[in-house]
Amino acid sequence: MKRFAEVNKARCVSCGACANECPKEAITIWRGCYAVVDVNVCVGCGVCSRTCPAGCIEMRLCDEK
Amino acid sequence: MRSKRWHDYLYLWTIIYFVLGLFNILFAWLGMIDFLVPLLFAIIGGNKYFCNKFCGRGQLFAFLPKKFHCSRHQQAPSWLSSSAFRYGFLVFFMMMFANVCWQTWLVFGGASSLNESIRLLWVFRVPFGWTYTSGTVPEWIAQYSFGLYSLMLTSALIGLIVMALYRPRTWCTFCPMGTMTQIICRAKTKKPLP
Repeated sequence: MKRFAEVNKARCVSCGACANECPKEAITIWRGCYAVVDVNVCVGCGVCSRTCPAGCIEMRLCDEK
Repeated sequence: MRSKRWHDYLYLWTIIYFVLGLFNILFAWLGMIDFLVPLLFAIIGGNKYFCNKFCGRGQLFAFLPKKFHCSRHQQAPSWLSSSAFRYGFLVFFMMMFANVCWQTWLVFGGASSLNESIRLLWVFRVPFGWTYTSGTVPEWIAQYSFGLYSLMLTSALIGLIVMALYRPRTWCTFCPMGTMTQIICRAKTKKPLP
C-alpha cells in the first residue's frame, strides 16, 4: 500500500526543514504559511516526518485519503 | 537528493559571525542582516525563503547532527511548537531586544556608561572587554554591539541545547524571527492565525 506524507497545516511553522530533506523534492512551503506535499511525487519514505521539528507531518496510507 | 547550491553553505556565516565577534564586538552589527532580511522577504515577497533557504542558524542546527551525531532526534514536547509558546517567546524576545535598545539609548544620552560585557541567557554576565578598544567608535554603537551579540549568542545557545535534546531544527519551531515572518505571511494571504 502506497504511503504519503500529510502536513498538519495548523501546527506547521513553515521552517522548510522537511523540504530541505525530501529526497524527491515533493515538498514546498506555500507562501510562508505551511508545507505542502505533492502526493503524486511523494514516495512515502517518511524522512520529512522524522525531520519535522514540530512533529506535524504524519505518514498515511493512500486509502486513508 | 537535490544538488548543493551556494546557499546550502550559509551555516558558515553563523560560525564566521560569532568568531568575528570574539575579535571585535563591532562585527555584532552584522547580526542586523539576520533581523532585517527575513522581514524584507516576508513583507515584500510574502514568503519565508529566509527560513527555508538562507538561514545560517537553521542550517547549522541541521548540519551539526549530520556531521557529529550530536542530536537525540527525539520529538520535542508539543507545547514547544504551540502557538501560545511561540507568540509568548516572540513577545519575550522583543522585550529583551527593546531592553538592548534602551541600554543603547541610555549610553547615547550619557545617562549610563558603556558596559563592556555580554549577558548569556539574560542572566550570566560575561566580561567581553577584550573585543573593544575604547574610543574606536561612539560608545552607544559599542553598547548596541554588546547587546546584540548577547542576544545572538543566547539564542544560538538555546538552539544548540534543543538541537541536542530533540530534533536538529527544534529552535525553528519557536524562533522569534520565524514566528514573526509567519505572522506576516499569514496576514498577507489573509489566512487566520492558528
